[in-house]
Amino acid sequence: MKLKYERPVINKINAGMPDKYGMKVQTKAITEIDGLKISNLIEKFGSPAYVLSQQTIENTFTEVKRAFTNRYPKVQFAWSYKTNYLDAVCRVFHSLGSWAEVVSGFEYRKALNNGVEGKHIIFNGPDKSKGDLILAIEKGSLIHIDHFDELYMIMELTEVLSQRPKVAIRVNMDTGIYPQWDRFGFNYENGEAWNALNRIMLSGKMELVGLHTHIGTYILTPNAYAVAAAKLTDLAVNINRKYNHKIKYIDMGGGFATKNTLKGAYLSGADTCPSFDTYADAITSAIVNSEISPEDLPTLILETGRALIDDAGYLIGTVLANKRLADGRRSTIIDIGVNMLFTSFWYEHEIYPAKETSVHTEDTTIYGPLCMNIDVVRAAIQFPLLQKGDQVVIKRIGAYNMTQWMQFITLRPNIVLIDTKGETHIIRTAETNDTFLQHEKIPDYLIKN
Amino acid sequence: MKIKKNIAISQSGFAFDPNSGDSFSLNPIATEIVNLLKDDKDEQFITSHILEKYEIDEFTFQRNFDDFVQMLKHYQFVE
Ligand SMILES: Cc1ncc(COP(=O)(O)O)c(C=O)c1O
Repeated sequence: MKLKYERPVINKINAGMPDKYGMKVQTKAITEIDGLKISNLIEKFGSPAYVLSQQTIENTFTEVKRAFTNRYPKVQFAWSYKTNYLDAVCRVFHSLGSWAEVVSGFEYRKALNNGVEGKHIIFNGPDKSKGDLILAIEKGSLIHIDHFDELYMIMELTEVLSQRPKVAIRVNMDTGIYPQWDRFGFNYENGEAWNALNRIMLSGKMELVGLHTHIGTYILTPNAYAVAAAKLTDLAVNINRKYNHKIKYIDMGGGFATKNTLKGAYLSGADTCPSFDTYADAITSAIVNSEISPEDLPTLILETGRALIDDAGYLIGTVLANKRLADGRRSTIIDIGVNMLFTSFWYEHEIYPAKETSVHTEDTTIYGPLCMNIDVVRAAIQFPLLQKGDQVVIKRIGAYNMTQWMQFITLRPNIVLIDTKGETHIIRTAETNDTFLQHEKIPDYLIKN
Repeated sequence: MKIKKNIAISQSGFAFDPNSGDSFSLNPIATEIVNLLKDDKDEQFITSHILEKYEIDEFTFQRNFDDFVQMLKHYQFVE
């Protein structure tokens, strides 16, 4: 029998300082997802393909939920549609008890179509058209007002609509973290939020049901949430004091970090990502320790996005070619580009071979297939010696990639959901040229014959 | 192609270039190939030797061999 082959490779040993490729050599492989072989998945669904594990979604959801319900009596999750609004994914979250959190008319209608009751849809964001607002008011949804123009538009609508709008305001604030997301909602420190709340209460035309904030995304400091929760409870206490009105909920938004490593970070995300328990502790302690009396504790709403779905998503693909760059560095081109991996602009994504390799690796740059210089999946990674045709797996890509993707140069591939029994389902079919023919129109004078 | 005489390579694939002071690590096949080159074996001999011994097709090996030789030149292993 012949011996197992491996490409010959020579690496220079750099003594002393670790170079930009880092010290950590990654040689392990991801050969399967939920018991299904990557090679079989690619054979069946093509390369590249997105794969989502429902089991992982459910496990993560259970873990986050437990962290909060162990500490607080009334907790409600609302699935942040923008994170991943494939209908099948939304329905998995709704089946687990999540409401919907949407930021556009498009997302709002998606939620209705997914069977979410109007009163369980939270409508956030600065872009709600008059038509969107009328629909949301009629359906009894929770409208989170972003700015005064919106507040006045809702007031105007109350003149002609019979329903009383259920509203909250989004509050932005200094929580000690940078950057401060002050472009959304009303500012706490300068009194704008308090001013908006007074307008709402004095108008008598809307029902103030909640207070909302979303302090940012990939927040590594749980204490920022404690600061934010304390500021919201402070507003709640003042409203009650002045108007004898109790708000029903405090919505802390999303923003929990995941184990993905941020670009330029010194330590890996796995080492720096706070646990769900620490976030839960920070938020619930701040509310429980506030002046709100125990019998009036508001429901705590969480719009957790990336932390609930990142781990469940994988991109599987194939090596197209290997090349040497002019300086001797190796480059590997794969069929997964930044057009389908938007988060590669923020993260050093973990990428693994789909079959076991030897311990030998080489300094490698991993490129996507696009004809553009920014199409870099990993600028510098110690990578095993893969050949053309070998398969790769990019881990932890469930959040934002299936919504912020760009259709550029290549077509968007199949998205496959593995259910909890290990059965596969295509939940979005690969695009074809026909997909585009359906939307494009050719003026008559450009049609020959 | 001649590998520089003074480049020492151990069985475990550790190579040292006394001129530059640089050291290198090679995987087993690379070590085997460098030793064959040191023995003045030509590409044809090396190819048939590898094809006989390992599970690999000729085209893939040739691509890998060319790439490897390029790296040997890059690291100035070649006279
Ligand atoms: C209002 C709001 N809620 C929730 C989220 C979800 O955030 P994350 O994915 O960081 O949890 C976002 C994301 O930007 C948001 O804008």
